[in-house]
Amino acid sequence: MSVTKTPLPACSVTGLRVVLGRGGPDVVDDIAFDVAEGEILALVGESGSGKTTLATALLAHTRRGARIDAGTVVLDGRDLLAATPAEVRKRRGSEVAYVPQDPSASLNPVMRIGRQIREVLDVHHAGTPAERTARVRQVLAEVALPDDDEFLRRYPHQLSGGQLQRVALAMAFTLRPRVLVLDEPTTGLDVTTQAHVLATVRDLCARHAVAAVYVTHDLAVVAEFAHRVAVMYAGRIVETGPRERIFRAPAHPYTRALLAAVPSVTEPRVLEGIPGSAPSPGRRPSGCRFHDRCAFREPECTDAEPALVTIDDSEVLARCRRAGHVRAQPLGFTVASPDGSAGSAQRPEPVLRVRDLSARYGSRPILHGLDLEVGRNECVAVVGESGSGKSTLSRCIGGLHEEFDGTITFRGETLPPGARRRSREMRKAVQYVFQNPYLALNPRMTVGQIIRRPLELFGLARGADATRRVHELLGQVMLPPALHDLRPERLSGGERQRVAIARALACEPELLICDEVTSALDVSVQASIVTLLQELRESRGLSMLFVTHNLALVRSLATRVAVLSDGRIVEEGETAEVLDRPAAAYTRRLLKDTPGHGSELRHGGHESR
Amino acid sequence: MAVFEVPRKATAGIAAAPAARRPRLRGALASGRTWVGGALTTLVTGVAFLGPFLAPHGENDIVGAPYSDSAPATLLGTDYLGQDVWSRLLAGGTWVVVTAVLATLLGMVLGVAAGLAAGYARGWADEVIMRVCDVILAFPQIVLVLVLLSVAGPERWLVVVVVGVSHAPRVARLTRGMTTGLATREFVQSAETLGESRTRILLRELLPNMSAPLLAELGLRLTYSVGLVASIGFLGFASDPSAADWGLMINENRLALAVQPWAILAPVLAIAVLALGTNLIADGISRAAAGADHTEGASS
Repeated sequence: MSVTKTPLPACSVTGLRVVLGRGGPDVVDDIAFDVAEGEILALVGESGSGKTTLATALLAHTRRGARIDAGTVVLDGRDLLAATPAEVRKRRGSEVAYVPQDPSASLNPVMRIGRQIREVLDVHHAGTPAERTARVRQVLAEVALPDDDEFLRRYPHQLSGGQLQRVALAMAFTLRPRVLVLDEPTTGLDVTTQAHVLATVRDLCARHAVAAVYVTHDLAVVAEFAHRVAVMYAGRIVETGPRERIFRAPAHPYTRALLAAVPSVTEPRVLEGIPGSAPSPGRRPSGCRFHDRCAFREPECTDAEPALVTIDDSEVLARCRRAGHVRAQPLGFTVASPDGSAGSAQRPEPVLRVRDLSARYGSRPILHGLDLEVGRNECVAVVGESGSGKSTLSRCIGGLHEEFDGTITFRGETLPPGARRRSREMRKAVQYVFQNPYLALNPRMTVGQIIRRPLELFGLARGADATRRVHELLGQVMLPPALHDLRPERLSGGERQRVAIARALACEPELLICDEVTSALDVSVQASIVTLLQELRESRGLSMLFVTHNLALVRSLATRVAVLSDGRIVEEGETAEVLDRPAAAYTRRLLKDTPGHGSELRHGGHESR
Repeated sequence: MAVFEVPRKATAGIAAAPAARRPRLRGALASGRTWVGGALTTLVTGVAFLGPFLAPHGENDIVGAPYSDSAPATLLGTDYLGQDVWSRLLAGGTWVVVTAVLATLLGMVLGVAAGLAAGYARGWADEVIMRVCDVILAFPQIVLVLVLLSVAGPERWLVVVVVGVSHAPRVARLTRGMTTGLATREFVQSAETLGESRTRILLRELLPNMSAPLLAELGLRLTYSVGLVASIGFLGFASDPSAADWGLMINENRLALAVQPWAILAPVLAIAVLALGTNLIADGISRAAAGADHTEGASS
């Protein structure tokens, strides 16, 4: 390995353009970047930005209906997009490899792990059979998985999510490609597993001088993992440059707005959403594609699309006419204590009290003797990894899970298990907002019907009165009245979640249970939903139980935190107290693995070479 | 405490709604096969219902010699008794069509109700309902029908009930499968936490979300019903042995296939075209539901 020379570009992309159909609108356009050996480039963007389309185009692949229209992807001095199909197949895997988002869907469930990895070598006729077997074991060791026969004989369903992702990584790495394309590989993994997988990727790229293109929407991961960042919006790269520079002084208003939407685990930021939503291909505005949502907009921004140019002699390139001005503005986050009463020893009277709650699924115990209180107007966050039982807890309280012992009291009355056994008054006062807004609304009903139903069910309003209430509620969750007659399929994820919140509010509840309500949403949408929930808690005196795995979000939203591990609460207290001075070892580990925590900005890669 | 001075930031996520996907049933109407199927079905049903009024002769009038393919004033010749084949064809469809439609509707209602109940209740109710379905399914449809008809005699209501019941388990299986998938969706759980009644959840939350596959199933069951009811007629279980009936006509005239083919071909074609038509409609709906006929203009 050579001593200190500028790393060669392992992959060089110029003028890449992917369109829908023949002569249709572009999905991504005018994409150009280099990735050096051993470098990790993060492609950041919200859903609809075209980042996944770009990632697969690096392997000369497009989704059905889309087509690569122009551009080059140069690997090893040769353009992959100009290659014949046979050649492309040969070069995929050996020169550029892909790690998918969901390994449980991309691994063949009836094929053993060893066979599955070996298939990559077989397809490419690499080495002798003995060498192939040896290579399979070697690559498993490289991704920190066991390499014994027992493991090779396992099927995908016998592995955990993190292990599956490592297997996918091993498959991509088997032929030692020069470029690795990773498509949100840690979405859906717990923070601890995510931290381990990321460490493995970083280590592999550094050790074998592999370039990585890492597609993600998680800026916190980028902040500690990538060397360079390319921010995508509406099919364009709007800003690219070294990570530290972009995070310290973003030159594009979109990057700036994204950063303002990211919660921080170290301070309770007031999160700011981006107004509007990302336009889909064919509906993108003329001129600067971000102008309609931009806080720095000038009349000239609608005229022509700015080019991606170097800003102020730095290594940062941005696509904004006012980049210099934007860059000069300090990145000030509004930091506030989440509640006026924080710090005072007085807790409000408890609305919800959980005593000695033990829940099970069949014979499998999930929760073990759990105590929890939610005070009036408090927001109590329940955090924990998947499998910790946090959803079971919220489902017990919400009346969706009946197999439990112990007592749940609400305003002094015992809540029986199961919503059907509860009184109307109880069902009305305790409302549940679900994780996935795409499943939480009946696709065959209009928004108006969905919000109206609880009003009629609980006899709160009828006829014209109910219609007026529905419009009021739409206003309270900041949705335009025009949505009233639409069905959920025409709504974006954030809009759907607002409708779900409006449905809960229609009941005039006292306790709102929010089960991971933002985990399916983009960070800018998450910010606005969290702000909305904050406002509603303030204005309506709501109490909230907020279930999440995102510790940073907790900091911005919750007054108190309960940390759940293996069905037990290991720590409970005021948010600042728990996150700043964690008492339990488990909390400390969670905090350490949470991306963006403290000064955990490691540089990895280049230095260790 | 500067938090709540910036409350109007929560407007993100509001924009023009994305382009509407084509609704499934309208998608089905856009496909050629649905139209062809609809036209064929309408044609045969029209013949069945209007035919009796248009027939030139009475269904039991003797108009010429038996098995004559050129008797005067006949279009398709005469049958085994010298009755007019064309008139009997026009008169003989009502029984098949009406019985098949009624049996299908009964089978759909029973099957959907059983499937919804089983799939939503789970547990022992699910077991009982589905095992009963298995028992019914264990008999070949035609054998089950014949056994019951031989015991109770050829009554139309009995044919409807028996054919309907023999369809129900198949519909129930499909419905149960969809119900178990939908019942875990969060919008159903949301209705549960609100305390909606079970009936309302089944009928208002679950059923509308299955309309396209159930319509396709309806078309398919109708196809089978036509075949089954025609077979029952062929075997002589239609209520009036002298009345014209497509199934029975095939049986009556089968000896003279070589001499007077129209006496058989005419009812066979009527039944075949009806079955083809209903099948094409079913196919059109299920293809539209699966999105097979058009590639989606997806967004990234």
